[in-house]
Amino acid sequence: MREAAAPVGGGLVGEELASRVAGAVRAGARFAALLPTGRPDGSLCLRAVLAWPGRYGLEEEVLAPEVGAYQALTPTTPGATWYERELHDLYGVRPLGHPRLDPLVLPLAPGTPRPRPGTAADVGCLDPSEEPLPGHVSGEGLFTIPYGPVRSGVFEAIQYLVETPGEEIPHLRTRVYHKHRGLSRRFCGLSVGDGVLLAERVEGTTSVAQASAYCQALEALAGVEVPPRAGLSRVLHAELERVANHLDSMVRHTEGAGQAVAYARLSLHKERVLRLQARLCGHRFGRGVVVPGGVSGPPSLGAAQALAELARIDKGATADIRLLMETPSFLDRLRGTGVLPPEVAGAHGAVGPIGRASGLAEDLRVARPYGAYPRLGAQAVEPRERGDALARQEVRVAEVARSFSLARQALEGLAGAGDGPWRAQFDPPDGTALGWAEAPQGELLYLVEVEDGRLRAARPRCPAFHNLALFAQAFRGDIYTDFVFIEASFGLSVAGVAG
Amino acid sequence: MGRGVPDRVRRSLEPFRHIPGQAHMWVLRGLREGIVTTAYPRRPDGYGPGWMGAVSVAEGASPPQGVAEVCPTGAISEEGGRLRLDRGRCILCGRCTSRHPELFRFGPDHETASVSRQALVVPPGEDDEEALGKVRSELGRRVRSLRRSIHVRHVDAGSDGSEEWEVAALTNPVYDVQRLGIFFTATPRHADLLLVTGAGAAGMAGPLRRTWEAMPDPKVVVAAGTDAVSGGLVHPTYATRGGVGDLVPVDVWVPGSPPSPFSLLHGILLAVGLLPSGGGA
Repeated sequence: MREAAAPVGGGLVGEELASRVAGAVRAGARFAALLPTGRPDGSLCLRAVLAWPGRYGLEEEVLAPEVGAYQALTPTTPGATWYERELHDLYGVRPLGHPRLDPLVLPLAPGTPRPRPGTAADVGCLDPSEEPLPGHVSGEGLFTIPYGPVRSGVFEAIQYLVETPGEEIPHLRTRVYHKHRGLSRRFCGLSVGDGVLLAERVEGTTSVAQASAYCQALEALAGVEVPPRAGLSRVLHAELERVANHLDSMVRHTEGAGQAVAYARLSLHKERVLRLQARLCGHRFGRGVVVPGGVSGPPSLGAAQALAELARIDKGATADIRLLMETPSFLDRLRGTGVLPPEVAGAHGAVGPIGRASGLAEDLRVARPYGAYPRLGAQAVEPRERGDALARQEVRVAEVARSFSLARQALEGLAGAGDGPWRAQFDPPDGTALGWAEAPQGELLYLVEVEDGRLRAARPRCPAFHNLALFAQAFRGDIYTDFVFIEASFGLSVAGVAG
Repeated sequence: MGRGVPDRVRRSLEPFRHIPGQAHMWVLRGLREGIVTTAYPRRPDGYGPGWMGAVSVAEGASPPQGVAEVCPTGAISEEGGRLRLDRGRCILCGRCTSRHPELFRFGPDHETASVSRQALVVPPGEDDEEALGKVRSELGRRVRSLRRSIHVRHVDAGSDGSEEWEVAALTNPVYDVQRLGIFFTATPRHADLLLVTGAGAAGMAGPLRRTWEAMPDPKVVVAAGTDAVSGGLVHPTYATRGGVGDLVPVDVWVPGSPPSPFSLLHGILLAVGLLPSGGGA
């Protein structure tokens, strides 16, 4: 984290960001994100996040207020596609040479002012345009199904535009604007303490990871070490959160496969994980635990009781997951479904379980370790190469086992940690820093800019944002009835993607 | 819980042992666990302490200077020396309960929903009780025909995603809402109850309105969660409308960030008049 702790200086004016990023990728870096932040004078700072072995690097370019266009990254770095579409939606700046600049998070009628988070622009209320997208595929008998934003079942709002001749899905587009909440703008001006509360609500199913990545950015900025006990507590809650998320993916699989008993069993285990989380901290999603400098206090459940309950859930869930992985009617729906080829995943830089199912081993708990993970000897799971829904399920199965073990280690560590503070008090200095965490769905980044103890800007980058861009690429000869499994095996929340 | 599988059941499953897919194994697993389903609302559920549902205010407490500023969402107010807290704005962050434990405490845990937005402000005002009774009886008349089975259509209008998990949890074996005649339905044409989550994202205003219009009468709307009630911490932004109250006519308001499955169930039962007498506001 130290690497990014030093305030990031201005990039060389005039040098093209695109060529620097492309050069870094050629030299072995992974393109992780492009994060824009506006400034009060109306200028726009573009920062590309590059993942080097063991560290992150930032490439920066500042666009003056009157600059309305810049050289797009996408032609040389295809992973930037969605980032530049989002940038165009929010700031109205044109990435020149972008192959398809469809609206992503905020479709607006021509001439509508853009929200430009971080600048002084005041736009009042903006109404997204509901204009349908034109079809991309033409041919006899082809039609377009707008699937969502109100879908059968309990889902977050998202729309998939499926262009199909009937069964196959030759072309699919993902529209995420419906639930755009303007979070980047909302962060601006909050106190750093209130910022945690909003971070927890960027993607509410991964509140612990969100709060951790956000706080670790602030801690890096101030050069603060989190007390050892607090580090263990963060691991405990983050790993329970990971178990709940992976179980949720499995619950959705069994629901799609119509396996009523397996659905009941796995959703029961998920409920028990959320209840254990609540007994430990008072909140089923672990909100209020992670604060800048550490955690808010000791677990509200004794170590012995917590360990017993954890062991009970582990035993029950592990037995049922093992049975699930021996149930042919379940495996048949996942095997060969929704293949994301390793070369596609690699070129895009897929993160999290999706990446690990397509040959990419990287896990931030090991690759760019933070908090108590190195002390606990965290290990990444062996990546799979097949890239299908079953490979993603296998990765999650392996991760659930590791997470139970890490949570147990953290609890044991807490029991024997003796006294000491739960939180290091500090006031973050002015500056910019990057924080990260391995959220249940992969690499989560927070770029935080502090000025006078307040957030000048905070930009979350959820793993779902990076990975959802690959969703359409996982349909290779799959048919409509495979959709539910491909979606469940991706396991992505929409809230953090829409922003 | 975990009363074991009776021999009678074990024997009756024996003929199915050869069936591939471990079907009999799954059934045994389910049986071995015993009953995990809550008795709520027939009886209060024992699970609750330590589970945040809402914040209450000490009656008659005189507020110290600047107490309202503790709250990040402006839920705390003072009117004529009287301290009040709007649960519809409260995100349960615990700042007030930890800084002023003599004034604020967590509770109740489960039964937090109300038929009136105003009644989420506690402690209640002088005229609130009478107004509340009127709203309740009007709603009761409207939904009388829905009591035997309720079909629920959920719509996300800008949630953080955790609300959907808690709504989905209602079908897990612990809450098992089917036992109460509550079912989730795919189409608004079959729906009696619209369960809306999220801060009222502008992009969902149209789809939400059209879903509501597609539902047959009588219909009832539940705003699920602090975000849906007021926009919570997310509002104000250019993209949210401060909850869903201006987008559809809301009948029942459920606070919580997110609302727990018990709070959601309380809200649904309140909306269709299925609570045993005395069950909440």
